[in-house]
Amino acid sequence: MLQYDFMRHAFAAATVVAVLSGVVGYFLVLRSQVFAGHALAHVGFTGATGAVLISLAPLWGLVLMTLFAGVAMGFMGERLAQRDVVIGLVLAFSLALGLLFLHFYTSYASEATTLLFGNILAVDLRTVWTLSGLSALALGALAVISRPLLFASLQPELAEAKGVRLRLYSVLFLAIVALATAECAQIVGVLLVFALMVGPAAAAQRLTGALASGVLLSALFALVEAWLGITLAFYTDWPSSFWITALSVAIYLLAGLPRLIERRAALQVPVG
Amino acid sequence: MNAIEFRDASLSLGSRVILSEVDLRIAAGEFIGVLGPNGSGKTTLMRAVLGLVPPSRGRIHVLGRPATRGNPAIGYMPQVRGDIAGMRLRGSDFIASVYNGHRLGLPIAGARGRAEVDRVLELVGARELSRRPLAEISGGERQRLLLAQALIGEPRLLLLDEPLISLDPRHESEVVALVRSLRRELQITVLFSAHELNPLLGAIDRVLYLGRGQAALGTVEEVVTGPVLSRLYGAEIEVVPIRGRIFVMSGGHPVERDAHRHEPSAERVH
Repeated sequence: MLQYDFMRHAFAAATVVAVLSGVVGYFLVLRSQVFAGHALAHVGFTGATGAVLISLAPLWGLVLMTLFAGVAMGFMGERLAQRDVVIGLVLAFSLALGLLFLHFYTSYASEATTLLFGNILAVDLRTVWTLSGLSALALGALAVISRPLLFASLQPELAEAKGVRLRLYSVLFLAIVALATAECAQIVGVLLVFALMVGPAAAAQRLTGALASGVLLSALFALVEAWLGITLAFYTDWPSSFWITALSVAIYLLAGLPRLIERRAALQVPVG
Repeated sequence: MNAIEFRDASLSLGSRVILSEVDLRIAAGEFIGVLGPNGSGKTTLMRAVLGLVPPSRGRIHVLGRPATRGNPAIGYMPQVRGDIAGMRLRGSDFIASVYNGHRLGLPIAGARGRAEVDRVLELVGARELSRRPLAEISGGERQRLLLAQALIGEPRLLLLDEPLISLDPRHESEVVALVRSLRRELQITVLFSAHELNPLLGAIDRVLYLGRGQAALGTVEEVVTGPVLSRLYGAEIEVVPIRGRIFVMSGGHPVERDAHRHEPSAERVH
């Protein structure tokens, strides 16, 4: 299957994006900001459709709009950014705006499906390079801020007392999440960003309490899900986004098994 | 040298005055119980010592210097937030996040960081405990780990904000006994806030009682009396000692009982 250009591009893009979303997703789950990530994806839809309307590449619309929204959310402060109602409304309105933009841009009906559910098989070489560049940027930034970010995520009051600027790291992190979301949307679409951002990270945290192995495992799960998803899509002709999401859910469920078995075993030990 | 000095210091959050013109001196090595009704400013007082709430008037000195943010000589255990109880991260990594946590870079503890984490775990006797995820240990065990975290960096002053919250009586006395022995072993000053005095009786040197913008510092006998508490609560208070325990009553009801909720989060400044 690797004799086709589009398949090689798909695998390259999936690799780059999966590693980024696995790593960023780990921090997102750790900070309980999962819903914020979801909202960013929807805002990205507005950006992408807006870009299409003024004949720009949708990827840049995605990147700009999610970055803007991510930074804005960071400035609003954690408490506001985590408010379900506010995020829910922003989320709905972004989709509605995106719909309006698509309504004006009537020539491609399939554009909506591509944006909402992704189409990794349509990624060209140039996009692969763009995705790689953005990934490197986001991962580099995350590497630089990861220590204070972790501190601020785990013990905000203590971090503040030790001189960590909470707002700054909140803004920087959400900007990184924005980049990851925009990239992820290219692969699985804005509606299924959860599959690559949250599924692998949550599964990894179910399996290990160690930070380093957790991050690595999360990236590994994302990679396996993306690669296997594309392969299955190639042989079954079902959408790759479906396969990636299905694998993500399956791995998350499987990750819960060891503890379930442990608990069962503990229950069966006779008392005394 | 005094560990903490308030010189006519006032603290306010927005337009609300939390403490007004408080004058107090806490000597190095003292174990102080910080008490007072909800919203009386226990957390704000600690945040002021940490340099996070600058005094609106007067001065605050910590270990001989004006209170400044990021003072490495202070160990701080904030009030426990609910989400820590759900974390899948293991205890040792949680504790290690404090080590050099304010510096940029990857969160990888070097040999020195690991040695420091081992040292504080040993101090609170939680080596085994730290290998398990936070979500899988009990509330009392979690407090032990948080206490270890506050000891990272060898602080000389320890601020513990409501370490007894939501613990049962057995774990309450375990935590108090642990803090007491740490204080003796490390010879550090401890500020320990609580919503009830009784678990701290016998362990603390003096009590700092806050209420209605005022503060009273002294021994339990001096401070926990009807007249002083009536002034701090702004209501008729009766102090009833029963078999070595002290009950603070207002109109026939104990006032500390229903005060076990977290102080309002509005106390945090943004």
